[in-house]
Amino acid sequence: MVNTKNIVREPLFHVSKRDELSFGKKTIVYVASVFCALLIGAIICSIASPKGNPVMFFVSLFEGVFASSRSIWEMLRDMALLLSVSMALLPAFKMRFWNLGGNGQILMGGLAANVCLITLGGVIGDFWVVLLSVIASMVVGAIWAVIPAIFKALFNANESLFTLMMNYIAQCCVTLFIAIVVKGGSSVLTDDQLPQGGRLPIVGNQFLLTIIVGALIFGFMFIYTKYTKGGYELAVVGDSQNTAKYVGIKVKSVIIRTLAISGAICGIVGLLVTSGNYANAAIGVGSAKNMGFTAIMTTWLGNCNPIMILVSCALVSFINKGMPQVRMAFKLKGESFSNLVVGIIYFFIIACSFIIQYKITFSKKKKEAK
Amino acid sequence: MQKEITLELKNITKTFGKTVANKNVNLTVRKGEILSLLGENGSGKTTLMNMISGIYYPDEGQIFINGEEVKIGSPENAYTYGIGMIHQHFKLVDIFTAAENIVLGVKDGTKFNIKDVNSRVEQIASKYGFNIDVKKQIYEMSVSEKQTVEIIKVLYRGADILILDEPTAVLTPQEIKKLFDVLRRMKEDGKSIIIITHKLNEVMEISDRVSILRKGEYIGTVNTCETSENELTEMMVGKKVELKITRTQTNFDKPLLEVRNLSVKGDDGSKKVNDVNFYIRGGEILGVAGVAGCGQKELCEAIAGLRKVDDGLIMHKGESIIGKPANEIIEMGISMSFIPEDRLGMGLAPNFSITDNMMLKTFRESKKFTVDGEKLKGQPKWKAFLLKSWCAVKNVAHMPFVDRKAARKRATELIKRLEIVTPSTETPIRRLSGGNVQKVLVGREIESNPNVIVTAYPVRGLDINSSYVIYDMLNEEKKKGTGILFIGEDLDVMMALCDKIMVLCHGKNMGIVHASKTTKEELGLMMTGALDLSDAKQKEYGKAKDSNLTDEQWLEKEQQEQQAKEERNDG
Amino acid sequence: MIMFLQNAIRCSAAFMFGCLGEIITEKSGHLNLGIPGIMCGGVAGGCLSCYLYMGAIPDYTQPSYILLLLIGIIGAVLSGVFLGSIYAFLTVTLKCNQNITGLALTIFGTGFTDIVMQLMDVTKRKQYFSIASTYIAKPLPFAQNLGWFGELFLSYGALVYLAIALCIATGIILKKTRVGLHLRAVGENPAAADAVGIKVDTYKYGSILTGSSVAAIGGFFYVMDLVQGLYNQYQPVEAVGWLAIALVIFTLWRPYLAIAGSVLFGALYTVSNFMDVSSQITNALISFIPYVVTVIVLLSVSVIGSKNVQPPSSLGLNYFREDR
Repeated sequence: MVNTKNIVREPLFHVSKRDELSFGKKTIVYVASVFCALLIGAIICSIASPKGNPVMFFVSLFEGVFASSRSIWEMLRDMALLLSVSMALLPAFKMRFWNLGGNGQILMGGLAANVCLITLGGVIGDFWVVLLSVIASMVVGAIWAVIPAIFKALFNANESLFTLMMNYIAQCCVTLFIAIVVKGGSSVLTDDQLPQGGRLPIVGNQFLLTIIVGALIFGFMFIYTKYTKGGYELAVVGDSQNTAKYVGIKVKSVIIRTLAISGAICGIVGLLVTSGNYANAAIGVGSAKNMGFTAIMTTWLGNCNPIMILVSCALVSFINKGMPQVRMAFKLKGESFSNLVVGIIYFFIIACSFIIQYKITFSKKKKEAK
Repeated sequence: MQKEITLELKNITKTFGKTVANKNVNLTVRKGEILSLLGENGSGKTTLMNMISGIYYPDEGQIFINGEEVKIGSPENAYTYGIGMIHQHFKLVDIFTAAENIVLGVKDGTKFNIKDVNSRVEQIASKYGFNIDVKKQIYEMSVSEKQTVEIIKVLYRGADILILDEPTAVLTPQEIKKLFDVLRRMKEDGKSIIIITHKLNEVMEISDRVSILRKGEYIGTVNTCETSENELTEMMVGKKVELKITRTQTNFDKPLLEVRNLSVKGDDGSKKVNDVNFYIRGGEILGVAGVAGCGQKELCEAIAGLRKVDDGLIMHKGESIIGKPANEIIEMGISMSFIPEDRLGMGLAPNFSITDNMMLKTFRESKKFTVDGEKLKGQPKWKAFLLKSWCAVKNVAHMPFVDRKAARKRATELIKRLEIVTPSTETPIRRLSGGNVQKVLVGREIESNPNVIVTAYPVRGLDINSSYVIYDMLNEEKKKGTGILFIGEDLDVMMALCDKIMVLCHGKNMGIVHASKTTKEELGLMMTGALDLSDAKQKEYGKAKDSNLTDEQWLEKEQQEQQAKEERNDG
Repeated sequence: MIMFLQNAIRCSAAFMFGCLGEIITEKSGHLNLGIPGIMCGGVAGGCLSCYLYMGAIPDYTQPSYILLLLIGIIGAVLSGVFLGSIYAFLTVTLKCNQNITGLALTIFGTGFTDIVMQLMDVTKRKQYFSIASTYIAKPLPFAQNLGWFGELFLSYGALVYLAIALCIATGIILKKTRVGLHLRAVGENPAAADAVGIKVDTYKYGSILTGSSVAAIGGFFYVMDLVQGLYNQYQPVEAVGWLAIALVIFTLWRPYLAIAGSVLFGALYTVSNFMDVSSQITNALISFIPYVVTVIVLLSVSVIGSKNVQPPSSLGLNYFREDR
């Protein structure tokens, strides 16, 4: 009898968890993967476009950012906003709470600010309008995040799907608000329909205020997550709920409290993207500029480490700012083009987590049992 | 007449890293017999069976089935040889019906039709006398029903050799009786059955022959009818080993922790701790012996306030701790450390550094500033006042922050004292080896200056030297007048270290004996349920004569607790 | 009224594809937030293949109905498989985080679509697609003769029927076949499935790729049927994709319910076109309904906690055998 069953095949390779890589090795892996991703993006651009070569890709990317002081300022502002949202998501993620609702929380914060501006602007003193706007945007943003948190804490409702839905409900709220405020069938609220009084003041130039607030939020979150009792508690909850319960941490209230902070910061970002004393202060369905999602990526890519998040925010903002120039250079149309390159970068960095967590051992030779 | 041999193991050896799980084990199973595999925790029974069922692959040795040598590479592979194993932890899909679970993964080439499956399952069930509702979903089933599903799952695949890993551990006596009836019927049908168990009475009742393993080594096989419980116990536990652990002599204080009529339910809803009485005095180590999963975990969790107490009282210095949140119990000075099998999980945050783990229980305390008395001398009053208020301001300012510096200092001290091998105090715990993780946990609990220490398996998997460090630490605590509940595995250690030993068997207290007066055999018999000393001394066992409370007060407390329980139920 | 229902049903097919694709994926325990991106990818794949086909035949005004439809579907499926395999490779083989990978895929998918659309000549594709859409949206031949019944049930393009057929087929496969049983086991308890010898990773790959392909057809349908070949109107596809994910919760992970749920969402999606233009506020209020209803369903599911209406138990968790 030929006993085929008896052959014990050893798999070609074996995947197992590995010890942590050193910081230096990790950095090399990340930098290499970002570079590879950019290179692939460059090659794709060269193929898709009638003219151009990969080198041009890198050149125009830098040109796009450093073309003028204005574009640098813009990039810094975008980065500050993205960083703020990332910082808002950071405590939630550290707690292993999937807050996919950044967009909605930003929108609701902005909406609250706009409501304050429209109803109170010019009616009471400018300072008071601003103060009330700040408070309102924080409170409303927090509420938007706390609703899913409560249900997560009490009923263990799936938070990622819930917060996702809250994004759309927020969008609907904005649409409704615009429908109420704007007469005559237009679905867009324009800047000139808002009162001038009570907007955020201009500090230095139109970008600086945002950047300062972003830096403050960064500093606050850095300290909060790293040095405070609240930050410590949420990290314990994230790492092991059993342990948290065992040492007497009230898990439910920590979840709700953390999400309130998360939402409040998103609310401030909402205030910043609306209510400014320049360009467009009005809210629209797209006001969040999808930062809620982008920040999920940056926070996760930054491995919940504030400094790393800063780096990844810088990277993403840089590419987003530089891509229009690349598009011009390659004569490519389509607005979401930079998504392709950013998407590839994300894929590569996501794949890095595998290299960092697991190791592959190839079996030396195939063994066959006699 | 000698029945034919279906399964034979020759010189099986398996090692995991440095630990030898099985060493030169020989085993034979005959057609139509029930073989018991007896051994203490960690004697390698499950590992051995996993090699037969294809989960592990032996390093050395041969397996013969019906006289032919085979290699078993996977569970699927094992099925083709007619070997099926029923694991202790069921692997069932909760929302599937019994029949769906049974047919899962079967590739018999027939067209899939759940009705056919249902009828085939019912056929098997009626053949062996199982009670089963094939359309019932798993999550609605009791443990015993789930086990039935697992057994039928194996039979459905046409297994002739069935391995049951501690099948009775989760069953009630009635259910055990039913199971044994089924097993006997299977035996009559010509199936070979290997049953892993700790319980001697069951061994005597069900099996034809008994094979004994001790510390991974094969001790021998005896015919059940020719042996006695005493002989089996001796083979299982071996001769007493003298250890160089000194039992520190202390003066016992009043009882610190008194537990009366305690009943606690496990995760699956079954009673895991059943009407247990005991007390711990200051300066005393009370050992808890028992095979794994006999309510040790539930007992620990109940004391630490992590698990709801079903019935009974837990008194700490005369004050009930039932219903108190975990952190209040910690503040009362009761420390609990449970080392689970994976050694992480309870009481530690694996991704945290040692420092951060050190302050898990103390992170609420902020850094405190005080004014040095020396400095104030000779200073004008206003200056002293200023200095004091500056301190107060600093204290307030530090309120929201954790005091990581102090924790780091403690971590450094602990690393030095317990010789914890780690690159630094900032290394995440999960990167340490198991033994070092354990030292951190046990060390932290001990140095938090508790007055009651509940510690389960503190030396699990530790090398000898580290174990001795931990024993020394416990003895030191004992000298300070701390009451210690030591839940252990190794009887020799417990007999040397503890003052008294309580034996749990399926959540029941089988009696409390003086460690210096008892024998290993006695403990072994109690652990396996063959000897019950709790009846011998009538109802007084486990109740201190010099209790903190009078009998009247106990009654009163009991009533209060009953009332509180009713209120909780209403609310 | 019939007009409205007709529109609702036609629109529902887009949701049906997306929702069904996500259901199939989630049954294996993978929450694919990349479905919106995959649906966009379906637009790209479907359009490109139609474009190539029509460019290849001598007279582009006279394409073969069957071939056009088939090639379009194949194109969409191919792009779905391409995008799905990125997700599957990252989450199954490399065990990366599912939420993150899905979001990245959505971002990537929209960019990918942009690039593919660039490859086509602007004037040509305009001509091609308007013709292609008349073919693809062609109602069943005997629809006109049957009055309201024909209008309501038979007046749609083939893809609408394909969507319904796929839903029913998936329902049957999941419920009645061995493959379905194994797939559900993988999503519920991969360790248990692994223990009985089911190839967990193979099933995961299979379901992710199938799900992605189905969702991708949805994108193709949206552009070629629903908006009549207006290729530059594919942006709403992303929003449809997100709604489709919401719809999965609404349908309690059941393919049959996906049909009903999609029709409801389709009705809510199109209802504003049939409303008085002046009542913007009513419109805005109506747009709340799908999301609010979904949230209510999500909450009641978790509050009730009945095991039969829960998402697959291991949803969102990757399986690594040595973790057990």
